[in-house]
Amino acid sequence: MGIIINDTGFIVDKWGSVSVLEIASDVDPNHMDILADCQYIRINFSNFTDGRIFSLARLLRLRGYSGALRAAGPMISDQYAMARRAGFDEVEIPIDLALRQPENDWLARANWQTNDYQTNLRATVNNPSKRRG
Amino acid sequence: MYHYSEFDADFLTARNRQFRDQVARRITGALSEDEFKPLRLMNGLYLQLHAYMLRVAVPYGTLNSAQMDQLAMIAERWDKGYGHFTTRQNIQFNWPKLQDVPDILDALEKVQMHAVQTSGNTVRNVTADPLAGAAADEIEDPRPYAELIRQWSTDHPEFQFMPRKFKIAVSGSPQDRAVTKAHDIGLRVIKRGSEIGFEVFVGGGLGRTPMIGKTLCEFLPKSDLLPYIEAIISVWNLLGRRDNKYKSRIKVTVHEHGLDEIQHRVAERFAEIKPSFGGLDQSLLARVKACFEPPNFKSMNLKSFEATYAKDSSFRSWVDINITTHRNPNYAIAEISLKAHGQTPGDASSSQMRIIAQIARRYGHDELRINHTQNVILPHVHKADLPAVYEALQIANLTTANIGLISDIIACPGMDYCALATARSIPIAQRIALRFKELKLEHDIGPLKLKISGCINGCGHHHVGHIGILGLDRAGVENYQITLGGDEGEAAALGVRAGPGFSTDEIIPAIERLVMAYLQLRKNPQEIFLQTYRRVGLAPFKAALYPAANAPKDTV
Repeated sequence: MGIIINDTGFIVDKWGSVSVLEIASDVDPNHMDILADCQYIRINFSNFTDGRIFSLARLLRLRGYSGALRAAGPMISDQYAMARRAGFDEVEIPIDLALRQPENDWLARANWQTNDYQTNLRATVNNPSKRRG
Repeated sequence: MYHYSEFDADFLTARNRQFRDQVARRITGALSEDEFKPLRLMNGLYLQLHAYMLRVAVPYGTLNSAQMDQLAMIAERWDKGYGHFTTRQNIQFNWPKLQDVPDILDALEKVQMHAVQTSGNTVRNVTADPLAGAAADEIEDPRPYAELIRQWSTDHPEFQFMPRKFKIAVSGSPQDRAVTKAHDIGLRVIKRGSEIGFEVFVGGGLGRTPMIGKTLCEFLPKSDLLPYIEAIISVWNLLGRRDNKYKSRIKVTVHEHGLDEIQHRVAERFAEIKPSFGGLDQSLLARVKACFEPPNFKSMNLKSFEATYAKDSSFRSWVDINITTHRNPNYAIAEISLKAHGQTPGDASSSQMRIIAQIARRYGHDELRINHTQNVILPHVHKADLPAVYEALQIANLTTANIGLISDIIACPGMDYCALATARSIPIAQRIALRFKELKLEHDIGPLKLKISGCINGCGHHHVGHIGILGLDRAGVENYQITLGGDEGEAAALGVRAGPGFSTDEIIPAIERLVMAYLQLRKNPQEIFLQTYRRVGLAPFKAALYPAANAPKDTV
C-alpha cells in the first residue's frame, strides 16, 4: 500500500475493491490481453530506471485503452511529467519515498501539459478521453 | 541556421529551472545520489576522474559566432580557459563545479544552446554531415531532419530511461561524412527515381562489441521518418536487455533476435504509431526547413586569391590540404585544424574560439561546424577571402595544414581525464604527430585516418581508423594494440587486429614501421594507405610490425 499521486497532489486511493489488472514491467507487449470491460490497470515496476513502463503505457493508450492507468513503484517526482505524458493517470509510490519527496515536489510537475515537444509533433496524444488535442 | 521558436525558449527556461531545483534537492538529500545521477546525466553532467565534466550539445555540429563566443566566455569564467570538441560534434568542459552548472546552463540558454541529452540512457544529441548545405555531392540538406529529430527526442516521455544510450546520425550525401553505420540508427538520404527518402541503418556502434549498422529499411519515405524512428526505439526500449549494460545497446538486441525479427516488430509498431502523428510533424518540418536557406553568396574577383596562392607556399599548402570543394565554385569549405602537432586533439582555447567566431562573422556568413574528427569548419568562405582568413587564423596558431593526414588524429580523452580509461591516448597522439612532423613525411603519406581509444569502449573510433590504436591495461602497464583497415565512410568496415600490443615506448616506432612499409608497398603516390592495405592484405604490414617474429622465417 503506497501513496497515490495525481495532478492535485497526494490523494486517497479511490480504487477500493475494484478488480484491477496487474501488469509487470517486463510483460511482452504483444501479450497484454486487455478484456473489453477492463477499467483499472496497474503497471508494477521495482526500479525507477525501468523505463519500460512509459512505453507500455503509451502502447495501451494507442491500442484504445481508456480506463484508469496507474504506475506503481519507486518513481521519483522528476518522472511524473513523463508518466502523465505517456498515458498514466496516477502514480503509486512507497511511503518512505513519499516522506523524502513530499507533495510539493510532485505538484511542481503537475503542469506536465506545458513545454511538451510532442504536442507540436503529433495530432493525437495517447489518451483522447482525458487529454487535450 | 535554426532559430529557437518561443516554444523552444520556454522549454529551455523551464528545463534549466528544473535542473537548478534538482541540484538543490540533491544537496538537501531529497534526491539520493542514485536518483540524481540519471537526472544530471540527461543534462550533460558527468563525474570524471578528477572533476565534473559538462558536455554541451552542438546539434548536428552547427553553430554561429555568438554561440562560439559564449563557449569561449564559459571556458574562461567557469573552466580553465579551454574546451574540448568531441567525436559527436559536441564540446566538453572538463573542470566545472557542480554549484556553477545551473549558471552555465543559463549562459548557454542566452545563445540558444543547452546540454540536454548529451549523456544518459536517452536519445543523444543528433549528429550530421558537417558539410551540410555546402558539400558539392549533397542530395538534400540533412540539418532540417536532424533538427526535427532533436525536437522530437527532446524530453520524449517514453525515452528518458532506456536500456542504454541511443545515438542517431544523418547524412545527406552519398559520401558518408557522418559515420552513419557506427550509430544505433544511421540515416542516409537517397534518391529512388525522382523520390527522395532515407536508407535506414540500425545496430551500428563501436565500443567493446563493434558492429557495422545493418540496413533495416532500404527506402523510407521522408514523411515516415519520426514514426519509424519512434517505432525502432519503442521496440528496443521494451526488448533491449536491462540485465547487463554491455549487452543493452540495440546492436546486441538486433544480433540476439535477428534482423528479420526486429524488422517485423518495427513494422508492427510503426503501423500502431504512424496515425498518431497525423501530419503535424510535416508542418513543423516545413517551418524548420525555412531556417536552412542557403546564405546570400557574394560575388568577388578571385585575382588576389590566385596571386596569394601562387606566391605564398604556406598558404598554398593550407589551401591544398584544408579546403574542400564547395557547391558554389567561387566558394570554399575551410577546415580549421585543432590538431597542431604536439597539442591535445580537439582542444581550443577561449582566445582561439573568439578568433574563429570573428572570422565566421566577418568572412563565413556567420556559420561554423564541428566535425566529428574534432576540427572546426567554416562551411561558406568566398575564395577571395581565404588569404584574410588564413592571416587571421595565423594569429591564433590555427593554420596547421594537416586535415585528413596522419597527424589529424582522433583521440579520446583517455586516462588524462576519463574514469573509464585504461591507458593514455592524448600523449600517444601528440608523440605520433610530432614524430611524423620531424620526419617531414606526412604530406607524402597522404590521406590516412589514425584513431586512438584509451579503453575498450572505443570513444576514439579506433575500430574505423585506417590505423587504429587501442590502449589497454596489462597488469598495471599500458599496452597498445593496433588494428588495420578500418573505414568510417560509406564502405564502413571494422579494422582487424594486427597482433600483440606494444608498450608506450614501442608504439611510436611500430606506427613508423607500419607507415614506412606502406610507402614501400604502395603502387603509386595516389594509392592511399587504406587502398594499399586492401590490395596487399595484412601480411606485409604484420611483417613490418613484428620483424623479430618473422626473422626466423626470413633467414630459412
